[in-house]
Amino acid sequence: MMVSKMKLFMFPGCALKTTALGFEASALSSASCLGIELIELPNWNCCGTVHSLSTDDVMHHLAPLRNLLKAQEVDHDTFFESNGKLVTFCSLCFNTLKRSSILIRENTDKRNIITSFIEKEEYPQFEVSNFLEILREIGYDTIKNKVKKPLKGLTILPYYGCMLLRPKEIGIDDPENPQVLEDLLTALGADIVDSPYKTKCCGSYHTVANKRLAMNLSYKILNNSENNGANAIVTSCPLCAFNLDNLQKEITQVHPSFRKIPIFYYTQLMALSFDLEDESLGLSSNYVDQKPLLNKLGL
Amino acid sequence: MAIELTSDAKHFRDKIAILSGEDVSICYQCGECSASCPYASEMDLLPSTVIRLIQLGQKELINSQCIWLCSTCLSCFARCPQSIDIAKVMEALRQLNLRKQKYNMDLGKISSEDLNRLPQVALIASLRKLSG
Repeated sequence: MMVSKMKLFMFPGCALKTTALGFEASALSSASCLGIELIELPNWNCCGTVHSLSTDDVMHHLAPLRNLLKAQEVDHDTFFESNGKLVTFCSLCFNTLKRSSILIRENTDKRNIITSFIEKEEYPQFEVSNFLEILREIGYDTIKNKVKKPLKGLTILPYYGCMLLRPKEIGIDDPENPQVLEDLLTALGADIVDSPYKTKCCGSYHTVANKRLAMNLSYKILNNSENNGANAIVTSCPLCAFNLDNLQKEITQVHPSFRKIPIFYYTQLMALSFDLEDESLGLSSNYVDQKPLLNKLGL
Repeated sequence: MAIELTSDAKHFRDKIAILSGEDVSICYQCGECSASCPYASEMDLLPSTVIRLIQLGQKELINSQCIWLCSTCLSCFARCPQSIDIAKVMEALRQLNLRKQKYNMDLGKISSEDLNRLPQVALIASLRKLSG
């Protein structure tokens, strides 16, 4: 698909406004470079972060669905212009919004309860996408044409985590052997390493109340990527990024031989390879500084 | 010899079925879920054992520690040959505790430094999963 100009609604979610500022900055700048205008959803609220799994828990579907419904009502023109697509970046937002959008489409009973509760006749028609799906639609050749500074010397483990891939019904790629990040990063000129841990859980929210548990899981991912020759890890999830980056502090204390490894969002590497301004990369907030590696490689 | 369940055991088994929407009776104990679970080495009971104990209506199960470790990563569901969404079963077991104010985290124990530092998604997710 060749794109001259594309307009899309974007759901940033809380992480892109707090702990993942670099994700948002680099997403906006690299999207703009590809001719994609991202329009922030007006008055968005929390996505709910986790999909409600109990059959009788309808209440928790309201948060994600309100977002979808609001956008439809507030700005009809953009809704149609964007082909009814809402783009997400955070894997948790993507997962909760997409699962709820499918639930209300397919489950008539729950739809009736929800529409009656919020006193609306209509229900959200949005198709929830992840930005990686948009990039795949645009095509990696188109992306490659924008690369001014190929990422030579970066040997990357593409780390997917859970919420982007599972359950299968909503995942953006094969849950066992996804390739979207590999294809994108290859187009940017980086080398790829594989790891059996690339779709394993990072410890997720256990980082709050059981840090040791989260650390054990993140350590396996980090350690295996280094053993396989990676000098950087790329992810698309702000919670994975936080765990994989921040928990290295504790990991170094428990495993003295562990060597720190920098974590990037794929959008940061897009912006870097497109040779965009430093500010639009948002590389300042990580525990493990990414700049020494980039300087060493002349990137 | 057929195993006869008490009415108490049947009630527990059925309650889990209603809350989770999953039919665990079709599980034939292949063990794929336990082999796939990234938390298995930390659990007191393996996921496949949890399913077997529900089939048998063993309600003491709700006191096991493993139900709080499952983070809904869905590795088990992606591989289950019977397509049982075990995360929904784990959630049902958590809900039986949470709905009686039996929580597995204490927000008061989290330092203010951590509260400022941790991503909101992590805080909200753990509150949703581990507390009321």
